[in-house]
Amino acid sequence: MNAVPSSNLKAQDRLASCLLSLGTAGFAALKSAGSTLGPALLCVIPSENWAGAAELAAAGDCRWAAGWADEQGGAAIVHALLEKAGDYLLLRTQLPPGCNELASQTPYFPGAARPERHARDLFGLDFLGHPDSRRWVRHQAWDERSFPLRENFPLSGHPQPLTPPDRHYAFASARGDEVNEIPVGPVHAGIIEPGHFRFLAVGETVLNLEERLGYVHKGIEKLAVGRDPESLARLAGRISGDTTVGHAWAACQAMERASGIEPPPRALWLRAIFAERERVANHLNDIGMICNDTAFAFGYYQFSRLRELWLRDNLRWFGHRLLMDRVVPGGVAADLTAEAAAAMPAAIASLKRELDELKPILDSGPIFQDRVVAAGILPESTARALGCLGYVGRASGIDWDLREQSPYAPYDRLEVHAAVRGEGDVAARLYLRYAEVYASLNLIEACLGRIDDGPIRAGWHPPAESAESLGLVEGWRGEITAYVRFDGKGRIARFYPRDPSVFNWPALEKLILGNIVPDFPLCNKSVNGSYSGQDL
Amino acid sequence: MNKLLSKIARVGIVTEKFKPLTDPELEKLGAEIKAVIDRRFAGSLAIRQVDAGSCNACELEIAALGNPFYDAERFGIHFVASPRHADVLLVTGPVSRHMQAALLATYEATPEPKWVVAVGTCAADGGEFGSNYASCGAVGNVLKVDAVIRGCPPTPTELIRGLLSLFAKP
Repeated sequence: MNAVPSSNLKAQDRLASCLLSLGTAGFAALKSAGSTLGPALLCVIPSENWAGAAELAAAGDCRWAAGWADEQGGAAIVHALLEKAGDYLLLRTQLPPGCNELASQTPYFPGAARPERHARDLFGLDFLGHPDSRRWVRHQAWDERSFPLRENFPLSGHPQPLTPPDRHYAFASARGDEVNEIPVGPVHAGIIEPGHFRFLAVGETVLNLEERLGYVHKGIEKLAVGRDPESLARLAGRISGDTTVGHAWAACQAMERASGIEPPPRALWLRAIFAERERVANHLNDIGMICNDTAFAFGYYQFSRLRELWLRDNLRWFGHRLLMDRVVPGGVAADLTAEAAAAMPAAIASLKRELDELKPILDSGPIFQDRVVAAGILPESTARALGCLGYVGRASGIDWDLREQSPYAPYDRLEVHAAVRGEGDVAARLYLRYAEVYASLNLIEACLGRIDDGPIRAGWHPPAESAESLGLVEGWRGEITAYVRFDGKGRIARFYPRDPSVFNWPALEKLILGNIVPDFPLCNKSVNGSYSGQDL
Repeated sequence: MNKLLSKIARVGIVTEKFKPLTDPELEKLGAEIKAVIDRRFAGSLAIRQVDAGSCNACELEIAALGNPFYDAERFGIHFVASPRHADVLLVTGPVSRHMQAALLATYEATPEPKWVVAVGTCAADGGEFGSNYASCGAVGNVLKVDAVIRGCPPTPTELIRGLLSLFAKP
């Protein structure tokens, strides 16, 4: 065995003390003494220690919250964000110039598998020891020796007039008289996003499911480069259209932290109102669609009606049904009028009354209950191993909600108690959403009661050269992370948004096992991953 | 069951008469287009929606056409699961390069006569994404487009207006 250089030993000691401090009082002391990135403590380690760091972190029960690559001056930089008990540690390593090899962290954190494949396809990094050598976000729009996120790759790329379909992806296969292989997608039967599912089934029972995503990859990370803050916020608001508030908030939070800009208090209250309104709208939609997928037309009728009323209020009060472009750098672009402030409590009370009335109807629908109870069970151990987030994690017993455990303004001034269940089935994910709608309505009421008067947007000033930071927001699907690095002209040099779907999609492959193929739409809807948010 | 029936009775049918919000011609147009659909499509216009790279916002609003307020089926407009059954392809998104072949295959699978409607700002002109290494930009860069419905995303009202206008042309 080679002798370990003493600088590496020091780095290892520091890493160990950083990891040990997570979730303890010592973390704040380390943060005030060391360098930070947003709420995270930054720990730079030699690339030789990358796998060892993951091993230590996994042994210390950390969660692998995000991973992405970057390039500066021709050298590749790799990040892994870890979390434990609400404290964040950002591991960073820089590869020697010309070196593109780094040990994989996937053997210790299965959730890292797709983010590492994403970085491999877009940066040309080789993650040694990665269990899956297949391409992921790359189909046939660029060749395997081209890496779109490298500085020398032009945004326009070198596309062919017609990009061929991505044939010959090596799906898992099984042999036997009884085994059927069922390909589904990318164009699906409903009004939903595109992706491919490959089932192996024995009779009706699912033996294996593989997701093949990446169909809606449209170059978001590359498109971000060179944008000004305003324009990045617009792009972030279109990472996943149903999470326009969540992603725009995370991106703006990162840019504001990098520039040292504090949005005015009124803007923060309004962001929370928008984010909770987004959560309510999406949960009502999902509850209605889950009812629809069990052929419970009554439930679809009622919940889609309630959602429509809610969206019309968004339009009336804030100027957009989905609240796009309402979160902007430095604050918000829509104020709360006296009329809206006066009308909102009645709309909330009316929605609560209807929810009170509808819940016993769902509870007592025997066919509906038969479909959702015990369907698509995700065990807590699997959810933890994959790093599942939001209602998917919480329905499987993971008590993690950024708004509660690591609150950002204005949630640091609100009482958030995340609902948690343990069953992990479709019913648990459904009823968890139900509970979250009530909780969001209460939060909106609290925001309305406490909102300050004053401006809704702070002036912008460009950050220092190479300023960087992290945004962390609890979107309606769960924790969103956004990394931002500026260049020397106040423009974006690197943007990486991590949608919670990155960790929830792999859970669908697990929770469907042993269920019947006809229950797939129902199980899929209960997870409702974003294709666009994962494909970027 | 009593609770369920009572809720149905109390909520009633909320489907709105399509009173135009800004365009007083729309109701008249609606009646005319229904007549066109009745005559040319035996009363039913079948639409296959294709997300060719959208952020999913357009899908949310297209799906809202099925909620009880809009209930697009009453105009004879319905969404089908296969392009084989479709008269119209409603295409959203900048067309991602990874969806280009699938979109063309879907078009090929749609029987003549067929129409392509590009929905949303991205489908109209590439929007926030434009044309790049991963995106072909506007739907018009990939297929011949018969009508465009702009908006980010277009509201359900704008979607209905756009669909009606497609066949209102002489």
